[in-house]
Amino acid sequence: MSEKILLVVGMAAVTYGPRMLPLVFLPGIRLSPFLEIFLKFVPVTVLTALIVPGIFNSTGQPLTAVIGAGVAFILAFKDQNLILVVLGAIFSVFLSGLIL
Amino acid sequence: MEEFKNGIKAAIPIAIGYIPIALTFGLLAKSNEISFYITTLMSLLVFAGASQFVAVNLLALGTGTGEIILTTFILNFRHFLMSASLSQKMAENIDKKLLSLLAFGITDETFSIASLKKNELKPAFMLGLNLLSYLAWVVGTAAGHRGGAVLPDSLQSSMGIALYAMFIGLLVPSLKESSSETIVALITVIVSLIFYFLSKYISLSEGWRIIIVTIISAFIGALIYSDKGGRSRV
Repeated sequence: MSEKILLVVGMAAVTYGPRMLPLVFLPGIRLSPFLEIFLKFVPVTVLTALIVPGIFNSTGQPLTAVIGAGVAFILAFKDQNLILVVLGAIFSVFLSGLIL
Repeated sequence: MEEFKNGIKAAIPIAIGYIPIALTFGLLAKSNEISFYITTLMSLLVFAGASQFVAVNLLALGTGTGEIILTTFILNFRHFLMSASLSQKMAENIDKKLLSLLAFGITDETFSIASLKKNELKPAFMLGLNLLSYLAWVVGTAAGHRGGAVLPDSLQSSMGIALYAMFIGLLVPSLKESSSETIVALITVIVSLIFYFLSKYISLSEGWRIIIVTIISAFIGALIYSDKGGRSRV
């Protein structure tokens, strides 16, 4: 096996393991109420940790990123369709990039 | 079949976000003289964007195989938390083989949609969600390496916001409905910014930062919202 194939297979293995183990083996295990609430908060915390501060470096220009984030926030707050939120943010970053 | 179709539909924003990133990844790999075969194989088997970019950069720097694999492990270990969280939301009594197939498709993006879905999570929905996301990633990678499929610069950089906008689009409606989640999100912003500034002084990789911030913030949330008897107040 070539060195690079070994690398890809190794990367695949260490990525798949953590993805697979909890989903396959946690059902059926009784968790403490504290752990249940902890896991219930994981979606909100992990998404927030991904957005802040990552979003500000996502367009190459912090100002257009802030504008795009603002547009996404407003559209999302008004319960717009997710595709519209995404396209609205892309479009506003594109436009503000042309102007700024 | 209906759930499967809903999963495919739900993956459309992910596909919009993945394609430009996958094209860039394919192109980057090619410009670093990594073969079409290896590049596509990486997207097929690893299916984890950020770590694949890091791996290509490290390869270009001549980093050893073991070190790249270790870096990948750290960067992708956050999926462990996501997988644990999803396990509590899945419909009951699902075959373990099916679960181990669904687990392959857990990414930040598929997780964000699956975990914030209103109802119980059905395997068919997740299958559709993962499948379209995966196809966009793999086909985008191959097209990027083959070349000729690269977007103009201004559009490419605008599309960098796509997946973040999707995270916002998923998060905000769920925060509107839950004051406890709003508080926890605000706590996370503070913790995240603290660690962001700390990471300028202490060496802390992106992978570790996300894991540590997630654990600390969810832990604080659980402390606040579970009462002493251990019962949920959420």
